[in-house]
Amino acid sequence: MNFSNIKKEFPIFNNKNLIYLDSANSSQKPQSVIDRINDFYSNEFSNVGRSVHALSIAATNNYENTRVSVQKYINAKDKDEIVFTKGATEAINLVANTFGQKYLKEGDEILLTELEHHSNYVPWHYLRNLKGVKIEFAEVNNDGEVIVESIEKKISSKTKMISVTHLSNVTGAILPIKEITELAHSKGIPVLIDGCQAAPHLKLDMQDLDCDFYTISCHKMYGPTGLGILYAKKKWLEELPPYQGGGGMIKEVKKDSVSYGDLPNKYEAGTMATAQIVAFDQSIKFLEKIGMDNVIQHEKELMDYGQEILRKNNSVKLVGNPKEKGAVLSFTIEGVHPHDIATILDEDGVAIRAGHHCCQILHEKLGMAASARASLGIYNTKEDLNQLNSSINKCKKIFNLK
Amino acid sequence: MNIKELYQEIILEHGKNPRNLRKTDNFNKDAKGYNPLCGDSVHVYLKLDEKKKVEDASFEGSGCAISMASASIMTDLVKGKDTKEVKEIINDFLGMIKENPELKSKILKDEEKTKLMCLSGVKQYPMRVKCATLSWHTLISAIDNSHEEINTEKLY
Repeated sequence: MNFSNIKKEFPIFNNKNLIYLDSANSSQKPQSVIDRINDFYSNEFSNVGRSVHALSIAATNNYENTRVSVQKYINAKDKDEIVFTKGATEAINLVANTFGQKYLKEGDEILLTELEHHSNYVPWHYLRNLKGVKIEFAEVNNDGEVIVESIEKKISSKTKMISVTHLSNVTGAILPIKEITELAHSKGIPVLIDGCQAAPHLKLDMQDLDCDFYTISCHKMYGPTGLGILYAKKKWLEELPPYQGGGGMIKEVKKDSVSYGDLPNKYEAGTMATAQIVAFDQSIKFLEKIGMDNVIQHEKELMDYGQEILRKNNSVKLVGNPKEKGAVLSFTIEGVHPHDIATILDEDGVAIRAGHHCCQILHEKLGMAASARASLGIYNTKEDLNQLNSSINKCKKIFNLK
Repeated sequence: MNIKELYQEIILEHGKNPRNLRKTDNFNKDAKGYNPLCGDSVHVYLKLDEKKKVEDASFEGSGCAISMASASIMTDLVKGKDTKEVKEIINDFLGMIKENPELKSKILKDEEKTKLMCLSGVKQYPMRVKCATLSWHTLISAIDNSHEEINTEKLY
C-alpha cells in the first residue's frame, strides 16, 4: 500500500503548507466526500421518506444505503440498529436520556472512567439532578490506561450502566472493551462504548464485541460535520422510549394519542442531515478502499515512530504510556505552556491541539491543567512527525530550553 | 508577523518569573477569572488604602506565558495608582489590544507604555487575545466588587 498518495485525495493539503496533526479533534475530508455533498445538493436533492416523487425515492435510497454501509462497517446484525444523530454527543445524550427516563431511580449508579470525554460524562451528570443517580469513575493507572480490574472494583449491585471510551483521546489507551462488556453482562449490566476515537482507526465488530450501545462521530472519520451514529442492539431501541418527537418518527397521530414509527425512524425525528448522511457513504468507501488492516498498520508505524522521536527529545514528556495505544500523541514540554507550544507550532503550519481536550477530570488526575496533542490520521507521514519534532525544537529555542 | 514578536524576551521573562504571584495579605478586593477553553484560571487580589489607592496587587493562577506575563506586568503597574487611574489604564490597554495602534493614557510613563506594548503582538493571534486580557478583565471585576467570575467566553 502506497500511503504517500493518500494526502493527494485531500484537497486541503494541495495548496497549503499544512501539517495537520489534529485528527482526533476532527479529520480532513477526501475529495470524494466533498464532491458527494456538492453532487447531492446540485443534482439529487430532495427530502427523504416523505414524498412519492422520483427525487425523493432516489434520495431515500441513498440515505438508507449509508445505513447499510455503516451496518457492514461495524458488523451490526441488523441495519435497523443504526441510528443517525447529529453527532456522537447526541448519540450519548439519546441513550442517557431515554435509558435514564425508563430505568433509573434514586441511588442507581452509572459507571464511567476517568478517561472519559466530557460528552460521555455530562449527559449522565444530568441524571444526578433529574433522578438522583450517582456517578462512579473507574480509575486510570499511571500509564493512562483503565484496566478491567479497576472497572470491576467500582461495580456494585446498584450499577445500572457502564459507559466507557474505546480509545482515549488524550492518552491513546485502547480499553479492553470486550472484557469489560463480558464482565458487565455477567452481572446483567448494559454497556455503552464511546467509539469516537476508535471508529476511524480500528476494525469494529459489534456482533463479536456484544456491547449494547456504540457511538461514532462521523466528522472524525473523514466524513461531514453534523453527523453521528448510534449503534444500539435492537432490543434496546424497541424497549427505550423515543428521544425527540416530531415528523418522521411517528406511526399515527391523533388528538388524544400518538404512536411511534418502526425502527430506526422512531429515533430520527425531523429532517435529518440528509446530504451529510448520503456523503458519509463515501467516507466508509474511502476507508474500505484502503482497507482497515492497512490503516491500522500505517498508523501503528507512525505512532511507533512518533513516540520514538519525541521520547528522544529532551524536555518533551509523553502523556500516558499505554500498552495498547491508538493514534494520539499527547505531550508536555517542561516550562512551556501547551498554548504557547500550539501557537509556535502553528507558525510552521503544524496544527495541533492544546488544552484539556474536553477531559478535565483526566487532566486534574494527571496533575496538569492542559497538554499539547498531536493526533494522527490516515494522511499523515513520517515527514509530518519530523516537522513536528523540529517545530518543537524551535519552540524550545524560543523559550531558552535545551 | 514573526512569532518572536509575540514571544519577546520581556514576555518570556515575566512568564517564567511572574511578579506578584502570591496572595496579598489583608486584601480587600478580589475576583476570579477563568478561560473555559483552556482551563486557565486567575485570582486577582488588591489592597486599597482609604484613598482608594492600590497599596498592593497580586495574583494566583496558572496559564501560558502570555497570560502569566500579562498578569505580572499588570499587577506591577497598578501599584501606587488610585482606582480611577487603574480603570483608565485598563481601558487603554484593552483598547490597544483590540484596535488602537498605541496607548493613549497620560497616566502611563513611557517605560510603562513600552512594557505594555510588548503584549501588543497578540493582536495578530485572535485566539490568544483572551490569554492577554483575562487578568485585566478580572481586575475590573475586583475593583467593581461585582463578585462576578470572569469567563472569557462571555466577554466578546
